[in-house]
Amino acid sequence: MLRDDPLANVLYIDLTKKSYRIVHREDLFEKYLGGAGVAACLLNEECPENCDPLAPESPIIFTVGPLTGLFPLASKTTAFFKSPLTGNLGESHCGGRSAIAIRSAGFGAVVIKGASLTPVYIAVHGNRVYFRNASTLWGMVSSFTVGRIIRENETGAGVRTIMRIGGAGENLVSYACVTTETYRHFGRLGLGAVFGSKKLKGLVVSGTHSLPVEDKKLFREVYDEIYNAAVTSTVMKKYHDLGTAENINPLNEIGGLPTRNLLATRMEKAKDISGEDLAEHFLGRRLACSHCPVGCIHIAALREPYVDEAYFYKTSMISYDYEPIYALGSMLGIDDPKGLLKLIEWVEKWAMDAMSAGVVLAWATEAQDRGIISEQETGLKLAWGDYAVYKEALQKIVVQENDLYKALARGLDYTVSRYGGADFALAFGGCEMPGYHTGPGAHLGVLIGARHSHLDNAGYSYDQKVIAKRMPEAREIAQELIKEERWRQILSSVVVCFFARGIYTPEVILKALKVAGYNLTNEDLDRMGREIHRIKYDFKMREGFSFEGLRLPKRIFETPGPFGQVDEGFLRKAIEEAKREIYPG
Amino acid sequence: MRLSVKDTDRCVGCQSCMFACNRRQGEAGLARTCIGVHSLGGMERGFTVVVCRACDDPPCLKVCPTDALRIRKGGGVLLDSNSCIGCGHCREACIIKAVFWAEEINKPMICIHCGICSKFCPHGVIKLEEEKEVTYAQR
Repeated sequence: MLRDDPLANVLYIDLTKKSYRIVHREDLFEKYLGGAGVAACLLNEECPENCDPLAPESPIIFTVGPLTGLFPLASKTTAFFKSPLTGNLGESHCGGRSAIAIRSAGFGAVVIKGASLTPVYIAVHGNRVYFRNASTLWGMVSSFTVGRIIRENETGAGVRTIMRIGGAGENLVSYACVTTETYRHFGRLGLGAVFGSKKLKGLVVSGTHSLPVEDKKLFREVYDEIYNAAVTSTVMKKYHDLGTAENINPLNEIGGLPTRNLLATRMEKAKDISGEDLAEHFLGRRLACSHCPVGCIHIAALREPYVDEAYFYKTSMISYDYEPIYALGSMLGIDDPKGLLKLIEWVEKWAMDAMSAGVVLAWATEAQDRGIISEQETGLKLAWGDYAVYKEALQKIVVQENDLYKALARGLDYTVSRYGGADFALAFGGCEMPGYHTGPGAHLGVLIGARHSHLDNAGYSYDQKVIAKRMPEAREIAQELIKEERWRQILSSVVVCFFARGIYTPEVILKALKVAGYNLTNEDLDRMGREIHRIKYDFKMREGFSFEGLRLPKRIFETPGPFGQVDEGFLRKAIEEAKREIYPG
Repeated sequence: MRLSVKDTDRCVGCQSCMFACNRRQGEAGLARTCIGVHSLGGMERGFTVVVCRACDDPPCLKVCPTDALRIRKGGGVLLDSNSCIGCGHCREACIIKAVFWAEEINKPMICIHCGICSKFCPHGVIKLEEEKEVTYAQR
């Protein structure tokens, strides 16, 4: 790395002592670039063995990478923490302005430990850290309002990130998210609850540090190559035109869209909540993360009349993506786009992971149908498609008004340990499922993925590319997914958006890294990818993960996918093969 | 030639223009950009693009105590960095806040209307134009 690159600066913040220090950690950034690689090392250093994810000593780690601020689509921040949902490795990625802001403030990583007695938010402006009283913000229902107030209070418009939690985070819901720039999230695995446990309402970061490059001419050449690829690529056009919601129709057509708790894989009126229909009737604005010319963020404008006064309207701007449409739409049998958008908006206000929230509600609906939980416990008549009742149920989860809702707030694995109904509880490795029932690849992918995310290794894509044509051996599918996941450690260490993975080939990454002062080879990248993946897995093993202990809900074997039934024996075998691949001998 | 903001409603807030401007000066990041994009009080309300509009009679120039700013042909100003003492009067004088500041060198950053930012605007928000728009009767 370049000697004067502020990337090597790690900002350590102690919330208990309200103090901070900046340490030069060139060792880490030389070794593993940044992002996931450096964060995995910092997590090992900072997270005591078997610590409670919500204890003061449990760390929050944010990292950016050497390409952040240099090249387009290097727009993501990686967060590492111990997940209150799975009790194991927590990793979540987010865009917005977060990455550029942290890099421009002059840091490659921010580590937050300790806990405050009273609510605070942290403002980092360049190399100054301020602890602001957030008592007034605590308990405020909407994360939108919180963002608005912090925005008014702080400087750095346009070059800052405002991360914050909502009611779900304050109340320690295990899948509470952290929201940045109104519409982007560290969505999965409960970072919001970790914020809440530290009485940390938000984190603002801004700065105007300049960033050096190795060779100005090469910098411009590589930049132009990446930029031109980004604005002319068809994949990128797809994300710009309809956004990720574009996938609803095709997934529904092939029969891979989980519907009504995966009792079905097609929804009759899925078209009404598809990317095409939402764009035609509601699309009001498109947005981009900082330094991304694509702009995949799609915002619906929902105009609604007030019931108490004629000609009195409000227009809400609501962000939609494939995953929230699946989890809060098809998974709950909601095909009314207005109802869906309203539900998404509430999930946004309370700031919880849309995927976990939807899948938890889907389980509760079926559990109530089967009499596993009673109407007395839910206090509601949960019914597919009834978005108003789902909104009430979500509120009860946030408030946790009785034992059932306390359990639901801890996620499905905990809930079924208390109430049963595991066969149709769609969580893998403790994390509620993403929106793909495309075949064994999708489920194997989230089971063996280090953070149990569909983005770990894109098993759903493997299904559509390979399983659609032929059935591989268990060993082959396991190895292919792990190979992809190892490569993705490089993408999330430099750190680029996974949507740009087609543009950021190894060759392009090596050139871009050269501009950032790294002289590396393909072999170096291969080795780093393997090592980072292994470090993450070693952390998981240390914290009690076992391949044998993975719970496979029966439902995924009962409901056929687009390319046939998923076979339990095959999936078990593939998990064993994955273990052998990660831990040979 | 001058830079013109054509339609801020087309802006997605990607800030590619800001990075392009900064790159022109041989650096990455945003420390030396002469153009700014920020939300209108939250992303839900869209964006504003702030950049010098090449005044014929620039207020920034009038308040410079060291004559570091001179008239640019086509409007706006050119900065003589050697003469500039970094007092910040020019920044105060610009009511559209188009005089940006490089904190590390304590100097103003003012657009020279080179147009490189417009080449990196993927959505047609900003353009380099021959003539200044005239919205009033000429005397």
